[in-house]
Order: sequence, then structure tokens, then C-alpha cells
Amino acid sequence: MTADPNAEPAAPVDARPLVVLTDVNKHFGELHVLRDINLTVHSGEVVVVIGPSGSGKSTLCRTVNRLEPIDNGTITIDGQPLPEEGRGLARLRSDVGMVFQSFNLFSHKTVLENVTLGPVKVRKVNKSEAHETAIRLLERVGIADQADKYPAQLSGGQQQRVAIARALAMNPKVIMFDEPTSALDPEMVQEVLDVMTSLAREGMTMIVVTHEMGFARRAADRVVFMADGRIVEENTPDEFFTNPASERARDFLSKILTH
Amino acid sequence: MDDIFNNLDSFVDGFSWTIRLTLVSAAFAFAIGVLLTAMRVSPVPLLRASATVYVETIRNTPLTLVLLFCGLGLGNTMQLQFSDRVEWDVFWLAVVGLSAYTACFVAESLRAGINTIPFGQAEAARSLGLTFGQNLRLIVLPQALRTVIGPLGSVFIALTKNTTVASVAGLGVQEASREMRLLFDQGQTDVLVVFIGFAIGFIILTLPVGYFFGWLSKRLAVAR
Repeated sequence: MTADPNAEPAAPVDARPLVVLTDVNKHFGELHVLRDINLTVHSGEVVVVIGPSGSGKSTLCRTVNRLEPIDNGTITIDGQPLPEEGRGLARLRSDVGMVFQSFNLFSHKTVLENVTLGPVKVRKVNKSEAHETAIRLLERVGIADQADKYPAQLSGGQQQRVAIARALAMNPKVIMFDEPTSALDPEMVQEVLDVMTSLAREGMTMIVVTHEMGFARRAADRVVFMADGRIVEENTPDEFFTNPASERARDFLSKILTH
Repeated sequence: MDDIFNNLDSFVDGFSWTIRLTLVSAAFAFAIGVLLTAMRVSPVPLLRASATVYVETIRNTPLTLVLLFCGLGLGNTMQLQFSDRVEWDVFWLAVVGLSAYTACFVAESLRAGINTIPFGQAEAARSLGLTFGQNLRLIVLPQALRTVIGPLGSVFIALTKNTTVASVAGLGVQEASREMRLLFDQGQTDVLVVFIGFAIGFIILTLPVGYFFGWLSKRLAVAR
């Protein structure tokens, strides 16, 4: 077999396809937000999705655990097709972590309760075990000392780190990040990106929608560039940022990297 | 004042029935109200539609008609009997009417509460793998409830006063205002004094309720 210079960057050795989207289409009314999306994310891979706003990248992220149902095409997680509504879907969602732009912590529960809720109620882990795991995860994201506070008492950056701990507590196969730093004050962006970078280093499978190009360069195995509902280009971060193949990508990069 | 103290028995008796009617109806109204709310936000269109029809129908029917229906319709025509003792039989018929009616207002308050919860929290709960029921029970309803404690207090106060309709609307349930009318009928008391006495009785009953719900509402407020 001859090496194809345009082939997708090699996934880590013996990595299995974990998230596979095949010919996915979605409309919001008249608007065709996802057009023939084909994307495979392997176990351990970090894929960063970038593109202009309205390109469909957040929608793409939300279709993976069916927060947005798709019109046609298939999505499989670890070989299993996404079920329609019901318990099957709930079970599958528990394996797909989700970190939102607006954190979405449960306001009436403490930080600790936010992190233990999923394991206790969905995974049926006993309380003390879930408690220990939660403390360990909160230490890992650097906010164990805030465990008994309520979300409203924390800064945005701290809330987002709790949200990451909450996702990790489910021991997910993959974590989706939907613009995790876009709602943060500038001085809090780094603390969240640091946590994400260390997760990426530890081999967590991640799909990250972001405008943080520095993070994409540093942590991504692959960059997926979207525009107008299509995947226009995918490549290694180095290749993509230094030598974008498409006009759309060059145009996009020139707008965001000049200042 | 003697007119009150001489008739303290009927005063106390009347209000004890009022309190029983209120508490039992409130419990059922709350349970039915929560159920209606769950139906109205459920993913099943038939459940949503039937809850909406129920709320809009009963809420817009005068309470007198609802209670007349319970007394004449359920009691007389359909021969629904709860107890061999007449006073308890009509009591339970009145509870049916009062809780069916009040449940609509409980449901509407809770629904308003649900609308104040950021949609993202329900999405986050779904993402964790919580089922619809768990989401409602653990995330949505607890917050909705804590948001609308104040309005629920008003519903409770309205219910307390609405119990007086139960004695007029063909049911003849024992409660405070019925005792008052019985005293008037005897014609041996000063109407104004007795009237004021019973009115104060209701205020004594409802005023602390209002303050209690207000206090509870502050105490349980969810910071966002």
C-alpha cells in the first residue's frame, strides 16, 4: 500500500473508532445546518472542531448524544447506533460526557452533589464511593476546597471546572466540549484550558468545539474545519494552521490570527 | 363580645372542620397538581394535551359549579358514597371538588416555576443519562417548587377561604361559615359581632400561613 499524502492523520495505534457519524444531515426549519457529515473519532483522539459561527459545529457536537436529533444518517458510539428516546438513549448518554458553554450546573445542589448525582442515580454507585471519587476529581480540577459551595458562589472558570469534574465522574468513553470557554471572562479561560489539556494528555477521547486556536495547536490530534454545515477540511493542527488547503479555511484563519 | 364567647363551641367546631377540609384538600391538590405538571412537560403529546384540557376546563369553571357537581352529580346522581355518616360523606365529596379545583392552580404555579429554570440544566441532566422521571424529580421539580413557594402560599390561602363555598353549594359540609349562618338563623346574636368574630377567625388562620410561606420562600430560594 502506498502512502496517500491526503489521508487522514494516523490515529493512535490500535485505536478503535469510538464516535462515527455517517452521512448526517440536519435542518432547523429551512436552514440546512449539517450537510452530509462524515466523521470518525478514534479512542484516545482529541478532535478540535473550529469554524465561523453558524457553521454548525455546536449542532454537530449536540447531535452526538442526541440533544439534537438528526434528520438522516447514522451516529454510532463504540459501535452502537444511537437509540431513539427512552432508557436505551439515557444509558448511552451516560457514556458521553458533555460540557456546555453556559456550564449548566444544577443550581440547587452543592458542587459535590453536582458531581455525585450522575454516578449515584444513573450508575447506582454507592454514596460513599461516589463521594470519594468526586473529591478526587475536584482535586484534579483544583477546586476540592469549594466542594460544599453552591454553583452561584463560584466564578465562571470554577463552575466550568466543576462541570468537567461532573462529566468525568461518569467515567465516559468520550467527552464533548461545546465552546467551553466562550462564556468566560478572559482571565479564567486559561484555568479551564489547562484542565482540558491535561485530560487530553492522559488519553481522554475528546471532541472540542472552540475558538481557542492555541489549545487546538497544543492539544489536538486533528482539527476539523467546518463552514456552512459542511466539514471543509480536516488535518493535523500543524498542517492546518500553517498550510490550510481550502480558501474558506485560509480566509477564516486570516481573520482570527491577524490580531 | 359575649355573643362570641357564649357560642365558642360552634366557633371552634366550625373552624376545626375548616382546618380539616383545608389540610386534606391541600394534600390532594398538591399531589394532583404535581402530576398535572409532570404531564404537561412530558414528551408524550397525549399526556400533555389531556393535562392542558383538564387545567383549562376546571380552572375556568366557577368553584360553586364544581362543588355543586360533586354534591348533586357525584353524590346524588351517581350515588358515590364515601362514608355511612353524612357529615363525612359530604366532607369527602367536598374534598374531591376542592382538590380537583385547587390542583389546577398548583399546576399553573409549578409550570411558571419550571419556566424559570435555565433549559440547559435539564439538558445537562439528560446528558448525564438521567431518565425523564429522574430529571423531573431530582432537577426540575425541586427547583420549580422552591421558586413558587410564595404563589403556592396564596393558593393555600385561597383554598382555606374557598372551603366556605362547600357549605353553600348543595353539600352542606360543616365548616366555619356554616356555623356562622346557623347562629344567624337562631336570631339570638348580634349579627355584626358574630360576623366580625368569624372574619377574624379566618384571618388568624390565614395570616400566619402567608408569613410562613414567605419565610420558607426566602429560606429555600435557589441562587442563580
